[in-house]
Amino acid sequence: MSILINKNTKIITQGITGKTGQFHTEKCQEYANGKECFVAGVNPKKAGESIFNIPIYASVKEAAAETGATVSVIYVPPAGAAAAIWEAVEADLDLAICITEGIPVRDMLMVRNKMKEKEAKGGKKTLLLGPNCPGLITPDEVKIGIMPGHIHRKGRIGVVSRSGTLTYEAVGQLTELGLGQSSAVGIGGDPINGLKHIDVMKMFNDDPDTDAVIMIGEIGGPDEAEAAQWCKANMKKPIVGFIAGVTAPAGKRMGHAGALISGGADTADAKLAIMEECGFKVTKNPSEMAKLLKAML
Amino acid sequence: MKIHEYQGKQILKKFGVTVPRGIHCTTVEDAVKAAETLGGKVWVVKAQIHAGGRGKGGGVKVATSLEKVREYASQILGMQLITHQTGPEGQKVRHLLIEEGADIQHEYYVAALTDRATQSVAIMASYEGGMDIEEVAHKTPEKIVKVFVNPLVGLTDEQALTLAKGMGMNEASIPQCVDTLKKLYTCYMETDASLAEINPLIHEADGTVKALDAKFNFDSNALYRQEEIVAMRDLDEEDADEIEASKFDLAYISLDGNIGCLVNGAGLAMATMDTIKLFGAEPANFLDVGGGATTEKVTEAFKIMLKNTKVKGILVNIFGGIMKCDTIATGVVAAAKEVNLSVPLVVRMKGTNEDLGKKILKDSGLPIISADSMAEAATQIVAAVK
Repeated sequence: MSILINKNTKIITQGITGKTGQFHTEKCQEYANGKECFVAGVNPKKAGESIFNIPIYASVKEAAAETGATVSVIYVPPAGAAAAIWEAVEADLDLAICITEGIPVRDMLMVRNKMKEKEAKGGKKTLLLGPNCPGLITPDEVKIGIMPGHIHRKGRIGVVSRSGTLTYEAVGQLTELGLGQSSAVGIGGDPINGLKHIDVMKMFNDDPDTDAVIMIGEIGGPDEAEAAQWCKANMKKPIVGFIAGVTAPAGKRMGHAGALISGGADTADAKLAIMEECGFKVTKNPSEMAKLLKAML
Repeated sequence: MKIHEYQGKQILKKFGVTVPRGIHCTTVEDAVKAAETLGGKVWVVKAQIHAGGRGKGGGVKVATSLEKVREYASQILGMQLITHQTGPEGQKVRHLLIEEGADIQHEYYVAALTDRATQSVAIMASYEGGMDIEEVAHKTPEKIVKVFVNPLVGLTDEQALTLAKGMGMNEASIPQCVDTLKKLYTCYMETDASLAEINPLIHEADGTVKALDAKFNFDSNALYRQEEIVAMRDLDEEDADEIEASKFDLAYISLDGNIGCLVNGAGLAMATMDTIKLFGAEPANFLDVGGGATTEKVTEAFKIMLKNTKVKGILVNIFGGIMKCDTIATGVVAAAKEVNLSVPLVVRMKGTNEDLGKKILKDSGLPIISADSMAEAATQIVAAVK
């Protein structure tokens, strides 16, 4: 098994006709069961056409109704990305994955609160992964996003991270040591996002095919600490933890919009301390994440 | 993006918040003229730099005559103002704000910022204005009152009243304070701010509530739709190398160490810096070349890193995904040749076309040290610069 997605997942691509959307859709199609999984694209101006043999529909709702897709991936440019997320939510999908980087924070605040309001009124809950994330992959089944597929190997280790390339780093190390992955999830580097570390850790805990997890965080925000507290009380599987940004100066935005130290609890050292106290095996050496995990199995 | 206090007050005023009358100027003569225009008997001469703590550093003076205005303006203009936020070298003062004096009865604190945990806008207020709010939050957290605003609803009258009462606002000033808070919230949302802070907010003897300071940060993702805010950008207040880097779509931040690093991805870039420190040296910069690094981009990245004369060695760490290792290797070789690289260079490449990339580096004839892991790369570069 795996979390969130598998070889039977049916996916809509929002922004499929843009340069980024086209490039990555082709790569995702080439990976494992991708040809079966990517069933629809959305672009109101090109409805009725197709690209890479994928039919294009005028709206997410129509694409979902016609194909039975339950997941969407979004490559729409920043100014329209929050609206694209909302379109996926209004179409009652299970999961929307937003790759787009650079969405205004206010737009994300609005759409996240609209999502919560919809759920509070009894509407269907759509999970959101990202924005500003690499997406997620279940090796040898399906890849949704921009990660390099070939570094992954099917297996029983979960990976969750806010950073794209640091996720690849962890996956690469695991694969080199012969440890495959159940799923690798990039939750994204933005301050206002959907699924957080805690949500993904809960899923890995419940997944019978995940034996252990590498959880990677970075400076800024309370998410890693929140996840650590939950794990202390509930997690039944070993976890290796790493936080990037021990050397980051306070008050500077380190590339990611959310990677900014604005108070004491935001620092890498503070987060590492909480994670260690909650039973994680933490390291300050990102080159040994997989090695440490292997020793715990 | 940050702006100056005088610009922040222009924004507050536009949204209906009461601010002292004031005039922005850049010369001593204009400062004296400004004081004359404002009239009255007391003026405040305020240094305009993007860092906080200006008062303690000697950048804010109260003048009781035009001669004093002249004296203070000439002292402050051009000075290297050192505050806890500027670093030891300080920041050169190029702008002044001349303001009418205020009849301060009490100083309060108010601020709006985005709260990640609740995904709402937090409005904070405190009776303890005029001080470092971090310190208040640490020592006496009970003195800070906070409400979380659902952006779909906005700041309600009840919430604003809770804040005004909770911050101990002067009884007669409560209605204006409620109004000010609501305007601050509107201003925060409409300008795509990430922080809007008034410290201090005061009440005067006649009950008037006034913003004596204004500090704003804006969401850089939203600048494309905030022309008026972008026009307020002051490049003199920003790091010249960071500006240069941004022209090439490189995220660069200069630091204090001597090992330059060039990495793809923000998280991996931080992890690389951390690894350098772990193995006994300090990074000279944060540099994320992003997803599509061309030869031109890598060359510019090298140039920017090498402008820093403290740099004694460079570590390149690339996890090739979409970006292929051979492309990066070609870029690195071309860049090293173009800048006549004279410091040790360690390259660690992983991922797509890794072997091809390593071969290009090896065949280049340049003394490039190749490494397999981040730890090995850090060990190599630290040894090479010692």
